Amino acid sequence: MTFEELLQIPPYSLAREEKHAILTERLTELTEHHRACCPEYRRMLESVGYDSKEVSGYEDLPFLPVRLFKELTLKSVPQEDVVKTMTSSGTTGQAVSRIYLDRTTSANQQRTMVKIVSDFLGASRLPMIILDCPSVVKDRNMFSARGAGILGFSIFGAKKIYALNDDMCLDVDGLREFLERFQGQDILLFGFTFMVWQHFYKELARLKEQGVTFDLSRGILIHGGGWKKLASEAVSPQEFHDRLQSVCGIDRVHDYYGMVEQTGCIYMQCECGHLHASVFSDVIMRRPRDFGICAVGEQGIIQVLSTIPESYPGHSLLTEDEGVLLGEDDCPCGRKGKYFKIDGRLKNAEIRGCSDTYAAKFA
Amino acid sequence: MRQSLRDLSGITYLVGSADIAAMPCVPALPPFDRRVLEFLNAVAKALLADREAKAYPDVVTYAFWIRSASTKKLKERFCGEGGPFRLGRGVAFHIAPSNVPVNYAYSLTAGLLTGNANIVRVPSKDFPQVTIIDRALSGVLAMPDHGEMRKRVCLVRYGRDRAVNDALSAMADTRIIWGGDATIAEVRKSPLPPRGAEVAFADRFSLAVIDADSYLAREDRDRIAEQFYNDTYLTDQNACTSPRMVIWTGRRKEEAKAAFWGELSDLVQEKYTFQPIQGVNKLTSAYLAAVSQEGVRVEPHRDNLLVRVHVPALTDEIMDLKDNSGYFFEYDCDDILELAPLCNDDRCQTISYLGDKEIFRPLLEAGVRGIDRIVPVGSTMDFDLIWDGYELVSRLTRTVVLE
Repeated sequence: MTFEELLQIPPYSLAREEKHAILTERLTELTEHHRACCPEYRRMLESVGYDSKEVSGYEDLPFLPVRLFKELTLKSVPQEDVVKTMTSSGTTGQAVSRIYLDRTTSANQQRTMVKIVSDFLGASRLPMIILDCPSVVKDRNMFSARGAGILGFSIFGAKKIYALNDDMCLDVDGLREFLERFQGQDILLFGFTFMVWQHFYKELARLKEQGVTFDLSRGILIHGGGWKKLASEAVSPQEFHDRLQSVCGIDRVHDYYGMVEQTGCIYMQCECGHLHASVFSDVIMRRPRDFGICAVGEQGIIQVLSTIPESYPGHSLLTEDEGVLLGEDDCPCGRKGKYFKIDGRLKNAEIRGCSDTYAAKFA
Repeated sequence: MRQSLRDLSGITYLVGSADIAAMPCVPALPPFDRRVLEFLNAVAKALLADREAKAYPDVVTYAFWIRSASTKKLKERFCGEGGPFRLGRGVAFHIAPSNVPVNYAYSLTAGLLTGNANIVRVPSKDFPQVTIIDRALSGVLAMPDHGEMRKRVCLVRYGRDRAVNDALSAMADTRIIWGGDATIAEVRKSPLPPRGAEVAFADRFSLAVIDADSYLAREDRDRIAEQFYNDTYLTDQNACTSPRMVIWTGRRKEEAKAAFWGELSDLVQEKYTFQPIQGVNKLTSAYLAAVSQEGVRVEPHRDNLLVRVHVPALTDEIMDLKDNSGYFFEYDCDDILELAPLCNDDRCQTISYLGDKEIFRPLLEAGVRGIDRIVPVGSTMDFDLIWDGYELVSRLTRTVVLE
């Protein structure tokens, strides 16, 4: 099945058997494609004795740890076909992932995301408030995960404003004007979880104490980027939701899980609070000890599979995140496919040894 | 000197004298002085009587090493009759590695045995082993019989504080730096006095060479597995002495591998505490190795506790791709001189072997820049006063000419 055909399938419409067959075919083809086009990937497959004849389902395909994209240049197209290089938002001094996109893969990322997000927002574009500052998307040559996320989601917005100025202050007047203009309509809000909390929620809470309030009860917030930074402030997803609602009345809040290495195939949180895999991708929770497949309810390391990547060998990746598969095809929200939750990042190992580890000291 | 002492405010004193300023005035002793040997023997007794210490084999091993039976043998080896007259150099300033619990005690002991007064920076982490040994040292130092040793022992803790490094280095007759390249670079920012000397333990790697036929002739394979485990997993295979690669010689290599790794894998299952990220790390390392040359083979493994990667060639970069916690490169060797380029790397430290040690002679005679120790499997961690290619007795003493 080509990706074109796959894209015609409604994102949460396939039950297990059917999805398994379609994904196995597409992902096995991608494995062969990258083996032929990416010499580094070929050597990896050969090192583990990969044989496509032994693959009975996509769970048998090799998976690459995401860190390899920080260490190596991995692409399956000639450099002249690369139209975008995406990088992960690593902190200063850390290596960043580099993901090389050609026209096809880049376009398919966007088309896939439209299919997935439209299932939650409906087909029409909405007035959109971006909970970030405009400067984050200015350098178009180097797409950071934050910038790419904002640009990616911007296609769902009709009229857009940035809620923050470049100094990360809330643009109170701009926000008020925008809300008055689109009163009575659904409004899309998008931002990174930590930014939303730090620069939007906290400011709204402060203003509320001064008697300044905003009504966002018609808002739909989509946010992602992880909870790591918020964990230090001990903010749980439930508290995040409740406190936002208490300051501005917003109730429709959707977290999503995604990564720069598999842009496009995001995992949206449904009304029941579960993250969902669409027909374009899947997750497999793996046991750390032997990478065996976890049962429902058992915590494991998250493997992510995406049918999109053609320009780089990133269709089957092992993340450094832990999560739990909650079920498949039977979420009360009605969407088919696997649904799961994320438990956070794997802990760094504590390793003995003669050589002092400076990095750990400054991390 | 006075001025630099003002910068010692960041120090926590753990054991012994807190009067660092007085250290340079403490008379040096000849190596293996009776008072030192008696003191160490008393510490050994205290440790061996400590219930808590029994749970830590590294503490028990240390205690045995400092008993007078053991130190007397060292004395015979290093300062036997008829040798030159030696004296400790004066103040020895030791910077212990942050993640090996007992190493600081060995370093201190080397300093004491050679007649020096010692300032030791102990690991910042609260290892139970450190608490146990410090308790024994304090107890013995408080005894009237060993009061003399009090001014020769000062155990401290401080952060990565340049001012303290400056002050302590300025009074050091010998500076001993453990902790590898990064720590050495950091500590060397602090100058030594003109006659100050230094012993620096840099980042190293080690290898194991196993003769397949000798191994297959052995019946105590479970014991060999135990010994190899102690060389590797006991320190997360991350000590400078831990083999990162197993090199197979002999004829029945595949048969020996199957038996050796099978035994080890069973033991690792039973004893090793696995951390989830280690599996991801090893898979990453294995793929990086696979990309580095044609023909790399990740050997099938039952779990992520033991990962083996067969390499067809010993490339220059192979040791930059090493990993730890149960990640082994494997190489099939038919001529020991194939190892010459790898051992010519001055980071190459210990070769642990199973078989005939004489096979290494051509390798040494080839004039390689690496290889400081060739020891049987199971002995890589045995501390000695010859370490990392340095003979510590001569490094930490002055040789006095009396004609």
